[in-house]
Amino acid sequence: MALPSYAGPLETSWYYAFRLICACIFIFLITPILVIIPLSFNVEPYFTFTQGMLTFDPDAYSMRWYEDFISNTQWTHSVKNSFIIAIASTILATILGTLAALGLSNANMPYRSLTMGLLISPMIVPLIISAAGMYFFYSNIGLDQTFLGIILAHTTLGTPFVVITVTATLVGFDHSLTRASANLGAGPTTTFFKVIMPLILPGVISGALFAFITSFDEVVVVLFLAGFDQRTIPRQMWSGIREQISPTILAVATILVMISIALLATLELLRRRGERLRGISPG
Amino acid sequence: MKKILKSSAIAITSVAVATMAWSAHAVDLNVVSWGGAYTASQINAYHKPYTKKTGVKINSIDYSGGLAEMRAQTEAGNVTWDLVDVVLSDAITGCDEGMFRPINIDKEMAAAPDGTPASKDFLDGTLQSECFVPLIIYSTVFAYRADAWSGKKPTSIKDVFDTKNFPGKRTLQKSPVNNLEWALLADGVPLAKVYDVLDTDEGKDRAFAKLATIKKDVIWWTVGAVPPQLLADGEAVFGTGYNGRWFSAIAEEKQPFAMLWDGQVLDIDGFAVPAKGKNVDEVMKFLKFSTDTQRLADQAKYISYGPARKSSGPMVSKHATLGIDMGPHMPTKYADQGFLTNFKWWADNSDEMKERFAAWLLQ
Amino acid sequence: MTDQTAGNGVVLAADGTPLKASLNRALRKNRMRALLLVAPLMLFVLFSFLIPIFDMTFRSVDNWHVGTLMPKTTVALADWDGKDLPEEPVFAALVADLRAGAKSRQIGKVGTRLNYEKSGMRGLITGSARKSKKLKDGPYKAKVLKLHKKWGQLETWTVIKRNTTPYTIGYYLNAVDMKYDKNGEIVMQPENRRIYGKLFMRTFAISLAITIICVILAYPIAFLLATLPLRYSNLLMIFVLLPFWTSLLVRTTAWIAMLQSQGVLNDLFVFFGMVDDDNRLQLIHNLTGTIIAMTHILLPFMVLPLYSVMKTIPPTYMRAALSLGANPVVAFVRVYMPQTLSGIGAGSVLVFILSIGYYITPALVGGTDGTLISNQIAYHMQSSLNWGLAGALGALLLASVLALYLLYNRIVGIDNMRLG
Repeated sequence: MALPSYAGPLETSWYYAFRLICACIFIFLITPILVIIPLSFNVEPYFTFTQGMLTFDPDAYSMRWYEDFISNTQWTHSVKNSFIIAIASTILATILGTLAALGLSNANMPYRSLTMGLLISPMIVPLIISAAGMYFFYSNIGLDQTFLGIILAHTTLGTPFVVITVTATLVGFDHSLTRASANLGAGPTTTFFKVIMPLILPGVISGALFAFITSFDEVVVVLFLAGFDQRTIPRQMWSGIREQISPTILAVATILVMISIALLATLELLRRRGERLRGISPG
Repeated sequence: MKKILKSSAIAITSVAVATMAWSAHAVDLNVVSWGGAYTASQINAYHKPYTKKTGVKINSIDYSGGLAEMRAQTEAGNVTWDLVDVVLSDAITGCDEGMFRPINIDKEMAAAPDGTPASKDFLDGTLQSECFVPLIIYSTVFAYRADAWSGKKPTSIKDVFDTKNFPGKRTLQKSPVNNLEWALLADGVPLAKVYDVLDTDEGKDRAFAKLATIKKDVIWWTVGAVPPQLLADGEAVFGTGYNGRWFSAIAEEKQPFAMLWDGQVLDIDGFAVPAKGKNVDEVMKFLKFSTDTQRLADQAKYISYGPARKSSGPMVSKHATLGIDMGPHMPTKYADQGFLTNFKWWADNSDEMKERFAAWLLQ
Repeated sequence: MTDQTAGNGVVLAADGTPLKASLNRALRKNRMRALLLVAPLMLFVLFSFLIPIFDMTFRSVDNWHVGTLMPKTTVALADWDGKDLPEEPVFAALVADLRAGAKSRQIGKVGTRLNYEKSGMRGLITGSARKSKKLKDGPYKAKVLKLHKKWGQLETWTVIKRNTTPYTIGYYLNAVDMKYDKNGEIVMQPENRRIYGKLFMRTFAISLAITIICVILAYPIAFLLATLPLRYSNLLMIFVLLPFWTSLLVRTTAWIAMLQSQGVLNDLFVFFGMVDDDNRLQLIHNLTGTIIAMTHILLPFMVLPLYSVMKTIPPTYMRAALSLGANPVVAFVRVYMPQTLSGIGAGSVLVFILSIGYYITPALVGGTDGTLISNQIAYHMQSSLNWGLAGALGALLLASVLALYLLYNRIVGIDNMRLG
């Protein structure tokens, strides 16, 4: 919507006003995320810019909160836990979700909508309710305060994303390819790995990324189910915010923003690849 | 397809087995406490000497209080905790609901050095539950910024409610417990009458009405670390908090705070043994050791909570690292200015009062 | 391959079986395969999610305490008419139950349960249970009446009798600010104890406000993104996607740094002289903080569906309207906006569903007037331990979300849900 050359003064001013409004909204979206990055290098234990920081005095900046993060066993422990839980639940969610998506995309699948609805319900039900249910039930069967319990819970929360992304990839999937493969003598396993897998791989990977970030970012279920030994990064941030606000949280937050940027870049590459192959609409 | 199913099933089981094996590393005793400086004082005074003496490893677990986890573990029949540090009111509830094991205080706990049986050695009023061994007396008490009102110093709980002479934000715990009592005290009810008045409908209304006079000046806290921080940041001038936390802010961090002992609410904290714990015999030995006269006196070197044994009192000396005399920082020294929480009243009324308090906050 | 036709006109497949049967078999096989593929996840979700949710809902009506822990009293009270104090057999049964309960150390659970319905029942039950050991042989009525004056009050017995049933609606009454009065009639709670109804209303109001703000903020930028050339819009899309992919806790922390009274925004206001240094704005730990932070967190969920709808609208319609002489504003409102309604609907339902169940952000930045119903659920789960009430509140919240979800399904269809 470039400004046409015949635009009158009213249109011109509206054109710039509109752009200004949009700029403000974009600033609202991005500023909080960018602001924490310089603040995490603050030498003082404050959440705001000091005089020294504004005048770019090198002494006003330091790595002390990053050092604190690395040397604090509670934080390093939580990093380890987060990765163990997120990786295990991503693997489980990806396997279960991909299989289910293959079944769901089969035209002969009975009660397709209902099944789909049930399978993605963990995504729709508010987390607090899922957490409450899991807390009651898992503690009944002795799964609370165990890694297994949290991994199962996070797998549950992650599978809907895998189901949705893989199903979306399979929408344009040409089923005659599997028949062709079968006709040419390939068994179902060979067909799966040689024909289906390469085509749905972008969907599987982006689903896996969603499952990973869901687990990596999840805190409500962890709040209820985890004991002290299973504390994850977000859980540690939660008590950090509630108990002692130290800029170490900002250092952790900055690292997490970097991870999100990496994930975002990976997804974008996948999307482009997928678009080349058959096209997933963004959004 | 079957192969895929099979291999995924194997993958799932192996992940499950691996995580279970990984989470079940061997520990000797799981002792649960409040974390922070308080747990540190217990590690120094109880855990380290015990491990040195017996070789039994103590695994220290932090929690944020309450009976939620204890109840969940008991219902599941999978109790992983061996010993829990609880406030008396939770010990009473947990005892009534069968979560904690009754303890014969004279038979199972150590006598005082002079031979006085344990039941006579623990301070009067601390043995209110048969499932509970008292450790410390702490208090929830007001502190204020000494530099807030140039020269003027608050002397009584009434000054907390006097926003004209002592302006500024107050930070109070987001709970009716203690706040209702303080409101009545500030409204002129004598110490001894507080719970009698609170037991009537008019008394409850009166307490809420008095509390309403400062509602707009209150910042509510839920975590004990917050009030000293709010005072330090200058966001509040008065705050209620646990006296040990005020002590470390004043004595260790040199914050410009002062204590207002008037109206302090004394409470008792101690150990309870989960009834379905896996190492009951082993933990009883540790419990006997950690609650003897010497250990309770030692703990007071690290934190300003009063030991629950009479025989430990005279042994309280100087702070382990700061070298200051701990006596004047013990809430038990100012016991006459405050009162002991009425656990029975709160056990019966907390459901209703907490709902009313929440509704009052919303208004 | 030529079709083979048997003498009776039935079409046969290559192996000689009727084609219809052969096709049916293939279809069945296919269907079985689809079901087998879905089954592992279905079973998993059933076990790890649906049963737990059902368990929570069950707890909201479960009322086992009195019936199980006071079995004799339950039987003895079965034909009590509720008009006068019960007779000796009931008191004898009560004493037997209290003794057994004190011995098994379970009687406290009855006290806890009954105390939800009437304050003071906990102390009455546990206190009497403790003293029941000392009661010598009967008759018990007079002795029990001496234990505590409340045993002589009709209301005590009404409460006990009401809870001898294995299921209760008591938690749901509590969750909608109602209760049983002295005579067992259902009435509203007194004004000063009404909280959950208000909180539900407030949760809906705040969610609605956030949804509306999100529409207002998302519409212009979605429009810009949809109409800009791809290389610019892809770049600007990062501004939407980066917050979307950033940890919730990180964004909440960021808003604390921005909004607190010694924070970035207040410093800016002071620097520009808009606010006095001693009079910094209270932007956090209240409703303002909740709305700002939640709007920021949920805005991408509005932008993305709007964008994907706007992307499909051909610009020619607007041009046609303009060239036919329509005023640009009229053209926009009459021609463009109606085509984006489905996007607004989808985004709004999504944002609304997400915000009524929000817990973390309100708990951290909400203070007292910015907390939502989910915070009360968490409170009853972790602090008050009234799990029945937590279950009832959760079930009510779940019901409203499911209703909205069906609406969402009508508007968009779950099959069309897209991510990323």
